[in-house]
Amino acid sequence: MDYFAQQLINGLVLGSIYGLIAIGYTMVYGIVGMINFAHGDIFMIGGFIALISFLVLVSLGLTAIPLILLIVLLVSMAITALYGWTIERIAYRPLRHSFRLAPMLSAIGMSFVLTNFSQVSQGARVKPVPPIITGGYTLHEGSQGFAVQLSNIQIMVVLATIVLLALFTWLVSRTRLGRDMRACEQDQTMAALLGVDVDRTISMTFVIGAALAAVAGMMYLLYYGLVDFFMGFVAGIKAFTAAVLGGIGSLPGAMLGGLAIGLIETFWSAYFSVEYKDVAAFSILIVVLIFMPTGLLGRPEVEKV
Amino acid sequence: MSATSARPSPAAQPSGSAFILKKALISALVALVLFSLMIGIRTEAGPQGGLIYWTRFGDLAALVGTVFGGSIIIELLRQWWGPVDKDRIVPKPVQSAMSFAGRWLAPALLVFTFLVPVIFYNQRYILDLSILVLTYVMLGWGLNVVVGLAGLLDLGYVAFYAVGAYSYALLATNFGLSFWVCLPLAGILAAFWGVLLGFPVLRLRGDYLAIVTLAFGEIIRLVIINWQSLTGGPNGVSGIPRPTMFGIPLTPGDDGLAAKLGIEFSPTHRLVFLFYLILAMALLTNWVTIRLRRLPIGRAWEALREDEVACRALGINTTTTKLTAFATGAMFGGFAGAFFATRQGFISPESFTFQESALVLAIVVLGGMGSQLGVALAALTMIGGFELFRGLDQYRMLVFGIAMVLLMIWRPRGLIGHRAPTVFLERNQAISSDLVKEGHG
Repeated sequence: MDYFAQQLINGLVLGSIYGLIAIGYTMVYGIVGMINFAHGDIFMIGGFIALISFLVLVSLGLTAIPLILLIVLLVSMAITALYGWTIERIAYRPLRHSFRLAPMLSAIGMSFVLTNFSQVSQGARVKPVPPIITGGYTLHEGSQGFAVQLSNIQIMVVLATIVLLALFTWLVSRTRLGRDMRACEQDQTMAALLGVDVDRTISMTFVIGAALAAVAGMMYLLYYGLVDFFMGFVAGIKAFTAAVLGGIGSLPGAMLGGLAIGLIETFWSAYFSVEYKDVAAFSILIVVLIFMPTGLLGRPEVEKV
Repeated sequence: MSATSARPSPAAQPSGSAFILKKALISALVALVLFSLMIGIRTEAGPQGGLIYWTRFGDLAALVGTVFGGSIIIELLRQWWGPVDKDRIVPKPVQSAMSFAGRWLAPALLVFTFLVPVIFYNQRYILDLSILVLTYVMLGWGLNVVVGLAGLLDLGYVAFYAVGAYSYALLATNFGLSFWVCLPLAGILAAFWGVLLGFPVLRLRGDYLAIVTLAFGEIIRLVIINWQSLTGGPNGVSGIPRPTMFGIPLTPGDDGLAAKLGIEFSPTHRLVFLFYLILAMALLTNWVTIRLRRLPIGRAWEALREDEVACRALGINTTTTKLTAFATGAMFGGFAGAFFATRQGFISPESFTFQESALVLAIVVLGGMGSQLGVALAALTMIGGFELFRGLDQYRMLVFGIAMVLLMIWRPRGLIGHRAPTVFLERNQAISSDLVKEGHG
């Protein structure tokens, strides 16, 4: 039972990270209708920028951990958001009215560019960081010496996810930008006629998605203590799977899918085999889609001739 | 510019040196922020396990300067050339010259391909490269059945390639079966996996289909890596036998082909043999595809690509149509995989990554979906162009990614954006692909 509780905690933390990335996929899909294949790599860039800014701040002699974390968070969100904006301007905007496969291939190309840009500029080796946030709580002292642990970093990841999710839900449902986003999701042409700046709204979608991915990248760095140039691909596919599992285009679906993928992966490696955890996640995706072709919370598509 | 408004005419766009300079300055500023940490500071794991870093502000300045200069040049070019997607009136003589070239390009290319081993007999590198290009031409033509004709977006095509390669490698190394026995078996096994994948995805549309095929490709790769006892895991399978010319091995020994024919043995013979083998296999793929397009099943594929709902209303069984498309495409992927295994003599999961799937898909889309000649030209461009950058080593994939983005922006409809209809009334005419809706299968 203790073991189960511990895995549940681990799975929820991992799922929160996936959920944060999945929101970026779901938002872009909901509004532009394209799969942003480079989103996983934006997450990776966010992790790298957090790492470098952290390193610089520490070597500048800063010692207050909360201040460092706050600056790192803001810097990585800002720069990564600019990456999202630039990518949209360069690779996706010229193809917006093109047929469906063209922006997808340009996104795949962009993903190659980002992966290899980071490999060329920062090297292919794994970058380790010493644990920054240590300590935690023992929730339950087990009988065979196995204790259920909840570390501070795990609390931080979950808290950050909840705060961001609340902020984001408020943004979509209460602000002008959120209203524009929902209008563009319904009908871009009509929204443009009614005075919504469609280009700006789509740019902002990419910016917000990239900023969320940057937070996920920073949390990943703090939680696992490493980044490398290839992590964007694996995490990206998982998060995309999560978005599809939850029903692509749906925000609660993305979070739900992220948690589901995180839990499946953690429990599969805990009880069955670590090697096949990804196979399990993908197989369950296929099984779910057979029975619910639009994902868990997706709306069925109505197609007209 | 809003989503609906037409592109402003060139005259309405602001121009002048002040505007260009402002735009270039903004680009340079964006580049400065983007690259400040990633290029300006280099991190590496230090000797004690901690991280160390050093600055590279010179590189950063050079890059930002390049962006500034490049932005000015691009803007000048744009003002001179005008908007990219504007229809330009092509003069009559150029038009007729192009249609003449278009008619003769395919036969000329085919004749040239047949002559490649004769012309470049002693240049091993060129022969190797042409074999590689032909392998991708075959893969492209195989995937073209699924994506180009049936309009089903398949992001895991490399899985069938892997199934074919491993089928041949395992059958040949464990049971000693010859290439010519294994080739059909590899195709059948891959087709079987195609049907297996086809079943769950029959109800899915568009992007859900894309992620399921991507997941399927990853599942196959992960199983190959982890099922060590069967596949050798990350170490792969080595010692895969070379193909024989219908039982006669191409070896220097007494029972080799060279000895039997009474000529001197040369390692180039096997290369030439492999060249013609993959050429024959690719042409077979092409021939089958062209024949199938004329049959009811091929027309059903194309109808499915254009409109699935209308297809059902007309009484076409979309289930079998999708399954046959998946199976046919997968079978050709399997053939190509078996060829790959016999050419390399060694296979490992590293050869079957998502990158390969993306590359083949890029070839199909860049070729202009459904165009056989376009796919061949795209394979030549992508693989041949990719080879040009071999000297750049680690920058190669970076350049490849940039090329993919630029090619898509430049020609979103592919190199050959026209489709000749299979059925026509009175007069056969090419249709611009802008008029053709892509599939939502």
